[in-house]
Amino acid sequence: MKPDCITAHFKGLVGTFYVDAKFEIPLLGVTALFGPSGSGKTTILRCIAGLTRLQGELKVGSWTWQDSKQFTPTHLRSIGYAFQHAELFPHLTVAGNLAFAGKYSDRRQGHRLRINSADIVALLGLEPLLNRQPNKLSGGERQRVSIARALLSQPRILLMDEPLASLDQAAKEEILPYIESLNRTSGIPVIYVSHDIGEVARLADRVLQISEGQVVGMGPIGEMIERLGLDAGVPAFEESALLKGRIASHDQTNRITQIDLSPGELAAPNINLPVGQEVRVRVRARDVAVALERPRAISIRNILSATVAECVAQENMGSADIILDIGDQRLRARITLASLSDLNLQPGQQVYALIKSVTFDGR
Amino acid sequence: MDHLSELWPVIALTLRLALVTTIFLLVVGTPIAWALARCQSRWKEPLAAIIAMPLVLPPTALGFYLLLALGPDGPGGWIAELWGARSLAFTFAGLVIGSMVYSLPFVVQPIRNAFETIREPTLEAARTLGASPIDIFFRLALPLAKRGILTGAILAFAHTVGEFGVILMIGGDIPGETRVASVALYDFVETLEWGKAHILAAGMIIFAFLVVLTALLLGNSQRESIN
Repeated sequence: MKPDCITAHFKGLVGTFYVDAKFEIPLLGVTALFGPSGSGKTTILRCIAGLTRLQGELKVGSWTWQDSKQFTPTHLRSIGYAFQHAELFPHLTVAGNLAFAGKYSDRRQGHRLRINSADIVALLGLEPLLNRQPNKLSGGERQRVSIARALLSQPRILLMDEPLASLDQAAKEEILPYIESLNRTSGIPVIYVSHDIGEVARLADRVLQISEGQVVGMGPIGEMIERLGLDAGVPAFEESALLKGRIASHDQTNRITQIDLSPGELAAPNINLPVGQEVRVRVRARDVAVALERPRAISIRNILSATVAECVAQENMGSADIILDIGDQRLRARITLASLSDLNLQPGQQVYALIKSVTFDGR
Repeated sequence: MDHLSELWPVIALTLRLALVTTIFLLVVGTPIAWALARCQSRWKEPLAAIIAMPLVLPPTALGFYLLLALGPDGPGGWIAELWGARSLAFTFAGLVIGSMVYSLPFVVQPIRNAFETIREPTLEAARTLGASPIDIFFRLALPLAKRGILTGAILAFAHTVGEFGVILMIGGDIPGETRVASVALYDFVETLEWGKAHILAAGMIIFAFLVVLTALLLGNSQRESIN
């Protein structure tokens, strides 16, 4: 059976630019709406919520929320919405804000009572905050309350509009684990708007790439991370690939965790997760070098055997990106044009990828 | 003390009129303020201007048309026929209607201001949580605007107590029915009863000071709670 989907097509003028976005995404896992600021991501999210009305169609599972004949108002759509600035009700305590969310959930389409208030309070660590007023909370705390409130409205989908964008790095790190565990524990599909490739890599299962009001790409996170590197939306130094693996072992003395990529192994700075847990690491193209022979006597510990899949010369930057196959996974290496001609790399060639550093991206 | 026992019916009637007027005005004025704060219609400002007109109209001009409207040949007369009366002019009910028209801007303006300070995303958050427009009005807008509503209520009450011209035009000077403090004060001055005039006039000055002071303090605390 085909899983439930969101099928949408929105078109119309918003401010100064024209949105024409058509997409279908499964109601499963975390989907990122990714693109540069001002590309229309938030507008698309607001259209799903019914907060902005453009022409078009929207089906969520078996319900039609918008077509040429009807438009379901926001309050009857079974959605949760986490705003960039939390938007807590200033006259209510944290507990009051959470209670507000539970009041109206039974009227909405597709209501299924299954999220328990106590569970959410525990999941997001809100117990000590319940009697506080919103203006006495930190930015991170406010955002956690806002996410809990959205979940307690018993949504069929959770829409998140850059919930971390207005927070400092410490607060981001404080909240990210909660958001990560959210989809896994609640099973509620999430649509997550972000222009931060790091956040997307860490949270999303699939990416819908938005540019100038249009959907310009869609795919699983692994593929898209690799592809997004080719697009102008990402700063060149952040272009990266995502590798999936399992925790193989921990070396406590050197504080290193070995990740089994099968084939190959990768050493990463200590990751505090059990052996066997599936994880993703992000490897930036600029952190990968290519060698024709396995180098010895070198400080780099991560050396993987790989096959050249493609060489993409970027003349204007004086560099070339080498796409490498490692088993069924892909890696991207950024080398200079001079190195490209020295090494005379060709698709199909056996090489070694030298990885200087990896970033742990969760799961 | 003789003075007081004679003045008491006048004061009681004045307070009763102000109280009834204020209650009805809140019921009518709050939704109007909400509409003016939220609507994008091009008729919004013309409507606001009509409501604000009593601020600048001579009370006698307003009173004259109210008298016609409340009289036997106006809508007030038709309503009065329902219970067999001829007219709403020169009745307590007529005074309430006239006072409501006269004091409406004093209720609508502060409440509209309070509603306008509520940020749009706060209301959007409520919508995404399943609150209908009616729920939002009662559960969010009213509590968030409570200081503005209190200010509006105080101003309406005080303005009704201080009303003279309109009442004279539509209510006259019927003891126990339409003879309120401001009208009685005028009579006392006409008949040179200075003692009674002093009690009413000084009482109203003190009352006015307290009311304006309260309204200002409320306005300050509202600004602080926003900042």
